[in-house]
Amino acid sequence: MLRRADPRLLQAAPDAGYDGDGAGGPTGGGIAAAGTRGGSGEDEPPSAPAGIVTEPFAAQPLATGPTGTGPGGAAELIGGEPATVVRLRHPWRWVAGALVALLVAMLVRSLATNPRFDWSVVRENFTTHATLMGLWVTIELTVISMAIGIILGTVLAVLRLSPNPLVSSASWVYVWVFRGTPVIVQILFWNFVAALYPTLSIGIPFGPSFVQGNANTVVTPFVAAILGLGLNEAAYMAEIVRAGILSVPEGQSEAALSLGLTRLQTMRTIVLPQAMRVIVPPTGNEVISMLKTSSLASVIAVTELLYSVQIVYSRTFQQIPLLLVAVIWYLIVTTILNVGQYYLERRFARGSARSLPLTPWQRLRRLVGTNHARPAMAGAASPAPRSDRR
Amino acid sequence: MSAAGPMLQIRELHKSFGRTEILKGLDLDVDRGAVVCILGPSGSGKSTLLRCVNRLETVDAGWISVDGELVGYRRRGNRLYELPDKEVARARANVGMVFQHLHLFPHMTALDNVTLGPTLVHKESKPVAEDHARELLGRVGLADRASAFPNELSGGQQQRIAIARALAMRPSLILFDEPTSALDPELVGEVLEAMRNLANSGMTMVVVTHEVAFAREVADTVAFMDGGVIVEAGPPRQVLEHPQHRRTGEFLSKVL
Repeated sequence: MLRRADPRLLQAAPDAGYDGDGAGGPTGGGIAAAGTRGGSGEDEPPSAPAGIVTEPFAAQPLATGPTGTGPGGAAELIGGEPATVVRLRHPWRWVAGALVALLVAMLVRSLATNPRFDWSVVRENFTTHATLMGLWVTIELTVISMAIGIILGTVLAVLRLSPNPLVSSASWVYVWVFRGTPVIVQILFWNFVAALYPTLSIGIPFGPSFVQGNANTVVTPFVAAILGLGLNEAAYMAEIVRAGILSVPEGQSEAALSLGLTRLQTMRTIVLPQAMRVIVPPTGNEVISMLKTSSLASVIAVTELLYSVQIVYSRTFQQIPLLLVAVIWYLIVTTILNVGQYYLERRFARGSARSLPLTPWQRLRRLVGTNHARPAMAGAASPAPRSDRR
Repeated sequence: MSAAGPMLQIRELHKSFGRTEILKGLDLDVDRGAVVCILGPSGSGKSTLLRCVNRLETVDAGWISVDGELVGYRRRGNRLYELPDKEVARARANVGMVFQHLHLFPHMTALDNVTLGPTLVHKESKPVAEDHARELLGRVGLADRASAFPNELSGGQQQRIAIARALAMRPSLILFDEPTSALDPELVGEVLEAMRNLANSGMTMVVVTHEVAFAREVADTVAFMDGGVIVEAGPPRQVLEHPQHRRTGEFLSKVL
């Protein structure tokens, strides 16, 4: 097996290897050869140039062989015995890889040997009641705030697209205010809202009220955090949903309207389901971002994950190990959310992608499973587009 | 009102976009069961005309009636009251439309594309709508592709499903807006074939097209449109072979 070929073969290799579109046939002399040979390129077995091969390259040396001018020149260049492809080498990738490996080794060594990480403390505190309760509150904050954000955001997006200028500018002002101020300020503001409105009531505007409550008992720190996070999130979600709605071509609504659907039916059955493909990925980002942003609720003493470990380390002064407890839990939950997002995106890709991407599980099975799948992946540079076209 | 009158009547129709006047006082009558092909250079207002008939555009002046009912308005005494969204939708259900750019719903199977209108607008039950949809898909030669998504189908197949989708509403009139212009040449024939069958079944059709041969063969009336009005209309043989108007002649000499 002649894998390391002589320099002349090395020169020829890229031509053969990257002739992916097959238009000129698998020859160095490309177009001229195909023209004179009347479709000889089509007659060549398409796998010839990229085939993963056992035999040496051309029978004739490149320099002496006819180069596509004479009859059958180019075809003979590569014809006959199967040819070996010599892949381009990437030495800098190896250097970069080595550098990364070195850094990883340093990090692992430090994690394992630096006693101040105090892994035993991490382990002790990882599943204590306080930690798990904090985690639960974090999840509650995330879920409720995102729900508010998504529902209110969708409403705001639809309002923003309303033909009524008063309605659409109200939506614009909302986004302007809530996106234009820091979320931590908003959380603090809602926490102290009782100073502004000591009593809250539900009733007829400028008329009698039916239900009345003390703002301090209604707006607990938890509620303030939900308001701060949720109303802020709605402003971002409004823009995300609006982008999704705008991404659906107008012809889709027109086709639905022409069938006799009302505007609401059109929005619900035609526009929003298609907008989801654009809405889901950034919304996934928002959920993950919300999980982390919810830690801001610690400033108003909501015992979510961060605050619950802060309570412990304010007593024990083991800041680093306890923060690591929070870090690891945050990573675990965001990882789970990532997986969820992946499958959600697959669900809404229906009808837009010709074939759905493989799930990681399917990819794993293909990798360890049957062997014949591997050459196809290794030779992806050229045979793949060819088979797609046919 | 009267089932005897023309299916479609258009009188003195005006429509502008900004300062550009697209339709300049257009008149057209389409009898029940008739096939009218509208030819004309691009920019002459053909698509706008169809969109006005389906009230995808509002009109500036003049009126349109489909099946004896005014499009988009109700007349009481001397006033025209604009119809609310729901009633416009109900009226649209009676007029099918097939678009140049297909506009199938990509997130639904062929079958769901066809059953969507009947189930949502006519409140047909799912099995009833599906039976009817399968029959229609059979009529356009796609009975076996019911569960395919649009992106798994060729342009010609998609357009035939769009025709089935329009038919599912049991419309009185179908509008075709250049139904073959976005298709590869070899796919045009199958769509024209479906339209020919539809015409033979007695459907009233208004077809904006560049397929002169189709117009010659299938149309009862060929109308030539230019500059926002119908310049000349008549039986295909007369308009296509002995055009009375200079602009018709010029146009035909370019496309034939």
